[in-house]
Amino acid sequence: MSTRSRPETTQGPAAAAKPAAAAKPAAPKPGGLPTSSSIYQARQMLQLAHWAAGAFASYDRDSVLRIAEAVAQAAHSNAARYAEWAVRETGFGVVEHKTIKNEACSLGILQRYRDDDLVSPRIDTAAKILALPRPAGVILALAPSTNPVSSVYFKVILALLTRNAVVVSPHPMAKECCADAARLLAATAEQAGAPAGAIQVVDEPTVPLIEALMSDPVTDVIVATGGTAMVRAAHRSGNPALGVGPGNVPVLVDATADLQAAGKMIVESKAFDNSVLCTNESVIVVQEAAAGKLLRELKSHQAVLLDDAARDRLRAYLFPDGRINGEAIGKDAAWIADRAGVRVPARTRVLLAPIDMVADEEPFAHEKLCPVLAVTRAESAEQGIEAARAVVRLGGPGHSAAIHSRDDNVIMRFAAQVPVLRVTVNAGNSLGSSGFSTNLAPSMTLGTGYVGRSSVGENLEPRHLVNWTRVAYNADAAVPFGNFAGVSVWERPAGPVPAYPRASNLPGTQDGRRRAIVAGGAARAWRLRPGARGAPPATMASPARSASSCAR
Amino acid sequence: MHDYDVFTVESKAEVLDKSREFWNPGKTDFWSETGVDLVIDRRESYFIWDMSGIRLIDVHLNGGTYNLGHRNPEVVEAITTGMRSFDIGNHHFPSSARAALAEALIATAPPGLAKVVYGSGGGEAIDIAIKTARYSTKRRKIVSIIKAYHGHTGLAVATGDDRFSKLFLSDRPEEFIHVPFNDIDAMAAALAPGDAAAVIMETIPATYGFPLPEPGYLEAVKQMCEQHGTLYIADEVQTGLMRTGEMWAITKHGITPDILVTGKGLSGGMYPIAAVLVSEQCAGWLTEDGFAHISSFGGAELGCVAALKTLEICSRPQTRLMCHYIADVIGRGLREIQAAYPDWFVGIRQNGVVMGLEFAHPEGAKYVMRQLYHAGVWAIFSTLDPSVLQYKPGLLMTPELCEELLERTEAGIGRAAVEAKGNRSRSRA
Repeated sequence: MSTRSRPETTQGPAAAAKPAAAAKPAAPKPGGLPTSSSIYQARQMLQLAHWAAGAFASYDRDSVLRIAEAVAQAAHSNAARYAEWAVRETGFGVVEHKTIKNEACSLGILQRYRDDDLVSPRIDTAAKILALPRPAGVILALAPSTNPVSSVYFKVILALLTRNAVVVSPHPMAKECCADAARLLAATAEQAGAPAGAIQVVDEPTVPLIEALMSDPVTDVIVATGGTAMVRAAHRSGNPALGVGPGNVPVLVDATADLQAAGKMIVESKAFDNSVLCTNESVIVVQEAAAGKLLRELKSHQAVLLDDAARDRLRAYLFPDGRINGEAIGKDAAWIADRAGVRVPARTRVLLAPIDMVADEEPFAHEKLCPVLAVTRAESAEQGIEAARAVVRLGGPGHSAAIHSRDDNVIMRFAAQVPVLRVTVNAGNSLGSSGFSTNLAPSMTLGTGYVGRSSVGENLEPRHLVNWTRVAYNADAAVPFGNFAGVSVWERPAGPVPAYPRASNLPGTQDGRRRAIVAGGAARAWRLRPGARGAPPATMASPARSASSCAR
Repeated sequence: MHDYDVFTVESKAEVLDKSREFWNPGKTDFWSETGVDLVIDRRESYFIWDMSGIRLIDVHLNGGTYNLGHRNPEVVEAITTGMRSFDIGNHHFPSSARAALAEALIATAPPGLAKVVYGSGGGEAIDIAIKTARYSTKRRKIVSIIKAYHGHTGLAVATGDDRFSKLFLSDRPEEFIHVPFNDIDAMAAALAPGDAAAVIMETIPATYGFPLPEPGYLEAVKQMCEQHGTLYIADEVQTGLMRTGEMWAITKHGITPDILVTGKGLSGGMYPIAAVLVSEQCAGWLTEDGFAHISSFGGAELGCVAALKTLEICSRPQTRLMCHYIADVIGRGLREIQAAYPDWFVGIRQNGVVMGLEFAHPEGAKYVMRQLYHAGVWAIFSTLDPSVLQYKPGLLMTPELCEELLERTEAGIGRAAVEAKGNRSRSRA
């Protein structure tokens, strides 16, 4: 679930407005240390993460699972607390629904992926190829304001399952809940044996700071879920980026659909978390023959169809200057109707705004970030597909679309013609395209692919954060393949990583005099055996004269 | 030609000639004869470049002066900005920068330390510490260890090895008692008369090659100090500022010193400053006569700016953890190298990134120093025990640099082993 462009692009920089203080060092002031070093400090987080990633990359699978399980459990136990906190801090969404997302993105994600072994080497005897997983290293994870804690959970657990270190940079509007959650996960991970510094969080995100982190050479990959501007900046940074664009989701309901089921699912999906997900339906395109019954079904689930006058009042309120009114984002339908001067029942879940055509100048045809759903009619399924294409063209290529239909031809044509990379069929799109109510990969980050100007076209899952070193033998059958069964290169850390630096003459530490070599800790996979290569030949003068010099 | 803007230099040979003529012929010749023909030109991060262009990884760091790397950009930026407002300042008056640094130092210090006195360098700071102890106890005697090194100023030099005091007729055996390190009985005997003002002790004696205090030794010394009304001065010039993985090494022993001295790395290697942290009980002279110790450059305000920034960087949790990672990886790498040369590389003294490497030759560290120099690493032997190489990685090193350092170190140690063995067999022949 990528989030939309608008809350990030229109409010993000404003909310993040303290960059000047970060760039300009203050004179030392009485009362404490200078506080001017936020960008340097954040870069140092990456440096520490780089150390942690090096150590983590040598962990064995049991250790990884032990850490991921502990973290997912802690995240799950705090799902409701952070849901409440996120809604309080951002003003977006519904506590109950955010709780569901937080639960799905903690134990849910772990259960889904725990058996995808991305740690152990893979042996393909038939192909004579051995494959060793190579974690990305340091992940810079941008978390959006609309799905803040669930995104933190999701990205942290993906990082842990793949032995990556992660630095979380939350959206400024959600920085407190995200930072607190990230710190809880970090402490839990460390307690379960993860390298110290494997999970860190930026406390005071600002635009210049995030841009500095994105372009830092220590960043190995950016996982950018956020507004268009931030995602484009991630791609521009010079570092590998998995960036996902915004969505604008059409849902086609044709004459063959189970309208009773469709009506219920569309309302529930649209009302979910007050529609701040990038996967919430944006425009209903209903075939004329089904329109009457569908609207009755929608109404029976507390959707209110606005008349033309009410629709116009809502449009004036919601798009005062053609752009979304910030105060309405993530609010519930009754609250919005009240602010717009439209009378609706208190239990109203979705406002239905009829529109004549899907066109740029119709604001309701764009992404709305609140439980307002445009409705347009099409004579035929073919016309409906055209309208759906227009919705996606307005914003959201590569993202997602939904269809309610029992006509396989229509479903196939819809998928072929609407330029999205996931189509949810006969289910709500908000949890369908994000894989929680379909068998797609459950994900908080939906790649929009080349059509959506992204490097990834699938729902982000752990395997995207790992490369594989492929050890390929001569294809000639006469050359034997190796026997790697039982050969192990990863290990369980012997203690905390890094080891606490105790004096080397204390009991139980390494005493150089005894020449003990003990494989303490784990952080050695990255280090080659030291060798003398490349050094100049020894051409020495005689040993130093006996007069000593001062060496201090 | 090397153009340094304010002056230019034709060649390295010219620098060496002029150094002999106008500066210090003894030092200049020593290095030429030792085979380390280094004149440092460019410097950045943990690298220094000889004027010939050769790059060296610096694990000498001048005792932690370059703890955060050469010309650390944050410290440079702080000083550059600071120069808009500050110069050295007027030491007679209260100053915003001195007050801010004093407060920050006390915030990081072991409990009980309450006030800060500034010097312009470590030696002066040691003198201040000794004067403070004498004022507080009304006693004269100062106990230090044999082969101690606390600097070269009037009182500091008397605490140390004769080599640096007798030449200048500055040894004072009647007031400065030297006892063997790690010898509790000798310390007990020195303190028993009850006339010692203070014991002064580096938490790990650097210039002696970082011999580690035996478990319980420093703790016993502190306890005896308390028994006899003697103050404990912790010289943390080389062991402080996170080098042992904690801000002050003495806290790893659970010791609250009466006086703590810091310098070197405190300035980030950019502007000289040193500081003495004293307990409230020892701080009386600052009230009785606040002008009793005067130093035009002590607590220079630009130095305070540099120190505030340096202290902040050293205080970051990331810095502490990076130090632990570096200590862990370098320590294990060195033990591997040691296993390859067990008869030559005979010991590793380590606490954090404070390290002394022991070699099986009275001057073994000189061989290793020279071979490391040719292998691209600059580390220096211990002046007062040349069998031990001081090996002092920085706090902010990257894994890649640590890896490269270990590779080069193994090469240098291996070649030094061959060279030393060759010389031994030649001398037997």
